[in-house]
Amino acid sequence: MGFFIETMLGGLMTGMLYALVALGFVLIFKASGVFNFAQGAMVLVAALAMARFSEWSNAALGGDSLFLANVIGIIGAGAVMFLVAWAVERFVLRKLVNQEGATLLMVTLGIAYVLEGLGQTFFGSEIYSINVGMPKDPVIMFEGLIEGGVMINKEDFIAAALAAVLVGGLTLFFQKTAIGRALRAVADDHQAAQSVGIPLNKTWVIVWCVAGLVALVAGIIWGSKMGVQFSLVTVALRALPVVILGGLTSVPGAIVGGLIIGVGEKLSEVYLGPFVGGGIEIWFAYVMALIVLLFRPQGLFGEKIINRV
Amino acid sequence: MFYRENGQFKTSYAADQEIFTITQDKWFVWGLIAFAALAVPMLVDEYMFRAILIPFLVLSLAALGVNLLVGYCGQITLGAGAFMAIGAYAAYNFMVRIDGMPLIVAMLLGGVSAAAFGIVFGIPSLRVRGLYLAVATLAAQFLCDWAFLRIGWFTNNSSSGSVSVAKLEVLGWIIDSPVEKYLFCLAFVVLFAFIAKNLTRAAIGRQWMAIRDMDVAAEVIGIRPMFAKLSAFAVSSFFVGVAGALWGFVHLGSWEPAAFSVDRSFQLLFMVIIGGMGSVMGSFFGAAFIVILPIFLNQFLPFLGSLFGVTVSTAGVSHAEFIIFGSLIIFFLIVEPHGLARLWSIAKQKLRLWPFPH
Amino acid sequence: MNMTDTNSSSTAAASAPGRRQGEVILDLQNISLRFGGVKALTDISFNIREHEVRAIIGPNGAGKSSMLNVINGVYHPQEGRIMFRGEERKKMEPHVAAQQGIARTFQNIALFKGMSVLDNIMTGRNLRMKCNIFQQALWLGPALREEIAHREKVEEIVDFLEIQHIRKTPVGALPYGLQKRVDLGRALAMEPQILLLDEPMAGMNVEEKQDMCRFILDISDQFGTTIVLIEHDMGVVMDISDRVVVLDYGKKIGDGTPHEVRNNQDVINAYLGSGH
Repeated sequence: MGFFIETMLGGLMTGMLYALVALGFVLIFKASGVFNFAQGAMVLVAALAMARFSEWSNAALGGDSLFLANVIGIIGAGAVMFLVAWAVERFVLRKLVNQEGATLLMVTLGIAYVLEGLGQTFFGSEIYSINVGMPKDPVIMFEGLIEGGVMINKEDFIAAALAAVLVGGLTLFFQKTAIGRALRAVADDHQAAQSVGIPLNKTWVIVWCVAGLVALVAGIIWGSKMGVQFSLVTVALRALPVVILGGLTSVPGAIVGGLIIGVGEKLSEVYLGPFVGGGIEIWFAYVMALIVLLFRPQGLFGEKIINRV
Repeated sequence: MFYRENGQFKTSYAADQEIFTITQDKWFVWGLIAFAALAVPMLVDEYMFRAILIPFLVLSLAALGVNLLVGYCGQITLGAGAFMAIGAYAAYNFMVRIDGMPLIVAMLLGGVSAAAFGIVFGIPSLRVRGLYLAVATLAAQFLCDWAFLRIGWFTNNSSSGSVSVAKLEVLGWIIDSPVEKYLFCLAFVVLFAFIAKNLTRAAIGRQWMAIRDMDVAAEVIGIRPMFAKLSAFAVSSFFVGVAGALWGFVHLGSWEPAAFSVDRSFQLLFMVIIGGMGSVMGSFFGAAFIVILPIFLNQFLPFLGSLFGVTVSTAGVSHAEFIIFGSLIIFFLIVEPHGLARLWSIAKQKLRLWPFPH
Repeated sequence: MNMTDTNSSSTAAASAPGRRQGEVILDLQNISLRFGGVKALTDISFNIREHEVRAIIGPNGAGKSSMLNVINGVYHPQEGRIMFRGEERKKMEPHVAAQQGIARTFQNIALFKGMSVLDNIMTGRNLRMKCNIFQQALWLGPALREEIAHREKVEEIVDFLEIQHIRKTPVGALPYGLQKRVDLGRALAMEPQILLLDEPMAGMNVEEKQDMCRFILDISDQFGTTIVLIEHDMGVVMDISDRVVVLDYGKKIGDGTPHEVRNNQDVINAYLGSGH
């Protein structure tokens, strides 16, 4: 029983991290109707920038203040993400207004390649570490309820809490602020939004910035957990089923989808894996998403898709 | 000057519907095929065959398959690598499990197996499109990656996980030198290119394009979306599967599942975008470009660096490759969605009018 | 005056010059269509007779296009029956309607942009092409003969619509008026029994409208095709149609000959506002 709950909690924590990446997908899709395959590359670039800026400034400061180095790192990485957002809008999106979804999708694949190449050229392609002082030691919880208690990483716990805060904030931002409404209007119809005076270009820069910051948070958490390396980009491929499951337009959907996929993956790997040779995590998530897709193409929380003639 | 079509009048609809309606085009393509079959084997060395020509031919065939689906039928796929893998492993199993199985039959059966799976993974396309379909094809990709790595039966329980084919033989002709391998691939590619061209100008091709351009209208004039989409998936997967068998059997010789990873799928999609969506010729341009660019950069960038006194590492070259590929994808999607093939036809158009500018 | 009395309308229409009216080919009975809570069509009944030109008119948002979409199976009404040649039609997909001989054109031109004019019209022959995929792959014998036979048919349509000069142009590059003609050509290539035209003259200048009217009347005269027409230009509707059905807010408010409809008080109210 304790083991089952441990597995499940582990799944929930991983799920929270998937949700963070998925959140980036949802944000950009909501505001520009673009499915951003480059989200994984953005996580990588953000994490690389963070790791290297804090490393460099730490060296420049003589290793005195890790905190200050990290702050510089975050500011630097934030600036890089802003630059990315600006460049994407200026050189790509602006020229593709009112194009089909499939074209935009493929364009983001191109953006992903460019980001991966540039990021590694500037920041290097070794394995780097991020140390933001996350506690690594496990704690034992629920000792009174279950025999032996349940072991949880403090780090995972903090990460999950951070993700939850981020999600709450973003939901409020979309529902309650004028910018949030403008973003949703743009997603609905580029031309119509423009004609009521919403500045398309600015809106896009803002939303890519927000997605960049989400990528930065995800990058810091994933990076401090597993080290910053190229394989971070595959996080995007792991988070893809999450948004399909939750619905592309729904912020809460990304969270719930993330949790379901996280738990489903872990449980299937532990309880089903041994029978079929293991390593089933990735495709299991996809098959789950696929099944949902067949019955509810809009995902669990997405808006219904209506075709008009 | 020589590229003129005056005087070439069509007197029947049959003549008007030929593949090459301009005589010079016809001679050019036949000349090119003859050159590739007769002259190239005498002109180039082994390295050229191994590193450039054979990969180019096989990947052209795969890109052609992807183009039928993406460019002609408008259905996105990120799982082409998986169908190459299915083709390769199925052909391998037909070879090792059935005594006396002829090579070509095994490869075609590999293609048929890929087509069958293509239909299965194409079923989601009946309900969803764009990104959602991309996810379904990615599911195929990851499922295949896993299955060929973990399920021993597919690899005939090979202990290392890699499989190989002992001897390539067609009717007593043993294919072992690079030249022979090249000619073998060439024959496949030429044949399949003509089949692709025929399909795309026939009723089935028009159905695919109709679905691509305006699916509701297509249905209203009586095209069954299910048949059109699934047939595109089947034919495309068949092409890709045969290409996979060629890649495994002829180019690699022995291979592991990683040879057909998701990176391969992306690469094939990029070939189609850069070469030209909805163009048979474009598939060849795209494949040539993507095969040659890394080799070119490997030679050129260190040279360029040395001019400025900078050493360019191998890692640096591979990053540059990423940046260049990515930029080109963006460039072509924005500026010329019909890719290199369109640039080619613009050049031909200019040549028709040359030396007069208009 | 009883606008729904089919007897009076058919006798009146019989006086329309040079055109026949046959049996009822399509009978729509009490059709209601909803999208979620929104009622698009409410309890609409009317019929279409063979060989006639039947117009559907009404202000914007009256449900005219929805009506066409119901007829060719794009939308499925929640209530009501559709009788086709005396048999009740089950819920069906658009391609089945196409097989039964119902063709249509679109309000916002739905041509296949990446294909040439010839190829667009050739897609209309699709249902009549029987060669399988293997024959097509080899492009020999039967496939070649079939392709040429249908090409000849398509060329007849090209001649009929006077678009010979743009045969091989990609339709995306054509001006609006010509695109409308190609759209009509594609529907004609199906050799339909019923042809649904959704605002065939919207956005055209007078000259283009005259051409289009001529084509529609020629189709009716030469092929005897039953035509269902949505149009805003009242002059055109009154001139070329045999019978007119008027919709407003998803309800039928009038049905009869052009003359009868013109004098119907409900129709006048709907068009001019009830103050008049």
